[in-house]
Amino acid sequence: MRLVTVAGPPSSGKTSVILKLIEVLGMPVSEIGVVKFDCLTSFDHLRYETMGIRIETGFSGRVCPDHYFVGNIEAAVEWGLKSGFRLMVTESAGLCNRCSPYLKGILAVCVIDNLSGVNTPRKIGPMLKLADVVVVTKGDIVSQAEREVFAYNIRQVNTSAAIIFMNGITGQGATMLEKHVRSAREIEGLRDVRLRFTTPAAVCSYCTGEMRIGEEYQMGTLKKMEFKQP
Amino acid sequence: MEMAVTMPLRAILEEYPVCRDFFLNLRIADLDWELTLLQALETANPDVFNEFGLDKGMILRDFCRFLETFAGGTEGVGEIRSLTIIGGHGKTGESEIPELTVSVGDIISIVGPTGSGKSRLLADIECLADGDTPTGRKILVDGRTLTDDERFDRAGRMVAQLSQNMNFVMDLTVREFLEMHAVSRQSSDVEKTVSQCFECATHLAGERFTRDTKVTQLSGGQSRALMIADTAYMSCSPIVLIDEIENAGIDRRRAVELLAKKEKIVFLATHDPLLALSAQKRIVIKNGGISRVIETSGDERECLGTIEKLDAILHRLRHSLRDGQVIGKNIMEGIE
Repeated sequence: MRLVTVAGPPSSGKTSVILKLIEVLGMPVSEIGVVKFDCLTSFDHLRYETMGIRIETGFSGRVCPDHYFVGNIEAAVEWGLKSGFRLMVTESAGLCNRCSPYLKGILAVCVIDNLSGVNTPRKIGPMLKLADVVVVTKGDIVSQAEREVFAYNIRQVNTSAAIIFMNGITGQGATMLEKHVRSAREIEGLRDVRLRFTTPAAVCSYCTGEMRIGEEYQMGTLKKMEFKQP
Repeated sequence: MEMAVTMPLRAILEEYPVCRDFFLNLRIADLDWELTLLQALETANPDVFNEFGLDKGMILRDFCRFLETFAGGTEGVGEIRSLTIIGGHGKTGESEIPELTVSVGDIISIVGPTGSGKSRLLADIECLADGDTPTGRKILVDGRTLTDDERFDRAGRMVAQLSQNMNFVMDLTVREFLEMHAVSRQSSDVEKTVSQCFECATHLAGERFTRDTKVTQLSGGQSRALMIADTAYMSCSPIVLIDEIENAGIDRRRAVELLAKKEKIVFLATHDPLLALSAQKRIVIKNGGISRVIETSGDERECLGTIEKLDAILHRLRHSLRDGQVIGKNIMEGIE
């Protein structure tokens, strides 16, 4: 089975990109599975189910979404293997801009959209920096110049990724993504596979339910801002 | 990238100002720029690097890659002389025209009903199809099939697109916008490039605007004019696809000629007779396939004069109405 991990900010068009990719792959839908990692709610499963694609959705709830991803990815792959899939796609939102749910040796796709601002690529962090393929969506509604500056800013933080402009509505550009997916590595499990980057450190009193503001309630890994002399 | 190891940072930054961005992206503002990168990193606070998941060795490696990527100029696809479409088949499997070669400076219009497959043709060109898309088309560059590596490298940067639906979304003035694009293209003379673009855009637009106008406040016609001028002078893509700009209220024939003059291959998807016939050739798309390629005949060229007059009449009408005038019976004046 091939595994592809797709990550990107909320509403960047991950689901549309994956659906258009599946269309151009031309594989029987029974051979494709999707696992969606989300936080609280999601309606995307309906879009996959309409296409007859099997999907499992997991909600991280009050747990850090990335820790949740890492804790469940192996079981997701086992589910995929047992279901007899030839391709499995995982979808997760990078919420804190330090997330990077990518695994070494597994094709990592980052989806970002052209409307998010030309400097956004420089602010996203490992999710963009460590991706193998960066898919840029919504380019059909901005100028060519904005697309080019956007690509330049992506190149600044990720010098090696393939940058693909893709229209999530018409599917233009999907063929290029397909080429990368076809060359993704076959896996038989995730034993001994490593993350590309550490997940955000977060073990403080607020992680465990503390709600009161104030120094005396704060324990564990907390980082303090330094303010200038007033 | 020996330079990254041996040269003091200040000298590198002077030669390649773009490298400042590398440090800004890592939130590094206070290195000792007189030292080499490795020396400077020795004295720097490692906390910030840790947050980015980097150590000194990784920063040096990343900086070398950054230099390699940006020091060599911008990421173009290089010049191309011609593009050949080897025909595939339409939506129901019927074969299309065998082959079509177009050269730099050519203007080719694409006509056909909505949904007939104009976008598919563009997509095939964009990904440099090699018989592996639904149409089975192959795209050759300068008469030859590219290797897989070349295709991966170039795909997606071949085509610059311009359509009616495109807008500026940045909160910048015209000048700031052009400067930003010129810098990202690593233009050797940013000021000159910006001036050329600006002059050209105001010519095409008809309605004047200033360099200090916000790009989001430009009218539809002014935006389109600025986009066309920018694509002509700054875009790295050798192929330009223009999708239905007929209602933009700009000098569209001049716009298209400008792009062709800038050593580009121009494809024009259009329903506008004036634009369709201004091209040397037009591709007719039916049911997903290229059904015909028609060379614009002498007769058709002669008609252009009449069409232009009709167009001028419509233009005048539009102006008069906008101006609050009343239209008389003599609107066909100037046409026989």
